[in-house]
Amino acid sequence: MDYHNFLRLEFYSLPVNVGLARVAVAAFAAQLNYTVSELDDIKGAVSEAVSNAIIHGYEGAPDRLVKVVAMIRVDELEIIVEDSGKGIQNVEEVLQPGFTTAGERLGLGFSFIRSFMDTTDVQSAPGRGTRVIMTKRAGPREEHADAN
Amino acid sequence: MLDLECQGQTLIARLAGELDLQVADDLRARLDEALDQTGAANLVLNLEKVSFMDSSCLGVILGRYKRVAGNQGEMAFVAAPPRVRRVLELSGLFRIGKEFPNEKAALANLGQEVG
Repeated sequence: MDYHNFLRLEFYSLPVNVGLARVAVAAFAAQLNYTVSELDDIKGAVSEAVSNAIIHGYEGAPDRLVKVVAMIRVDELEIIVEDSGKGIQNVEEVLQPGFTTAGERLGLGFSFIRSFMDTTDVQSAPGRGTRVIMTKRAGPREEHADAN
Repeated sequence: MLDLECQGQTLIARLAGELDLQVADDLRARLDEALDQTGAANLVLNLEKVSFMDSSCLGVILGRYKRVAGNQGEMAFVAAPPRVRRVLELSGLFRIGKEFPNEKAALANLGQEVG
């Protein structure tokens, strides 16, 4: 039978939870046949998306909820990072490298996510929040993986 | 997260651990404080012990570069692990500072006596 798995995390919009989210999703993703470098890509993508939710979606408010869902479908991982914060007026604009609305930030969050993942989709509505959907395919599963 | 040493006109910042949003504000404040107190012109970032870095802390590095460059100083990167090199390349930050295998080479390039 095809292997499927599901993980859901929900946490306050605190910077300390960025590391928690990236480590949890990477541990979940390690069920697939990713290289160490690919797992680092996944950590990086989760870190950028969750940071965006905290800084931009919730503008630093510490007690709003960030939701992260990760799904394994056979040899592909899909990650959804969602906030119900202020949303994005113009999604095309924020996807441009160097675009930022916050002081000393680089404006490279989405560029990094696109480099790290196979596909990236951003859905947003002003006042309603933002959802970032990312996928990354892993190498073929190894024959002995089901031995236990 | 951060160990600081000043040699001549150069501040050496040895960074460690996971550099993300959680530490970005503290990192920025401590680097600025050290630059203020030492009056150092140049900044060497030793990245050997950094296990993770995302755009939050890359932004802090770019901000310190602007400050150092504004005072005619230079910035250098030392011993970046492969993962950290990757994000430095992706962000274009290698264009603003040269890369060296160790602190000695970086200090020599910046014209400092090696102690």
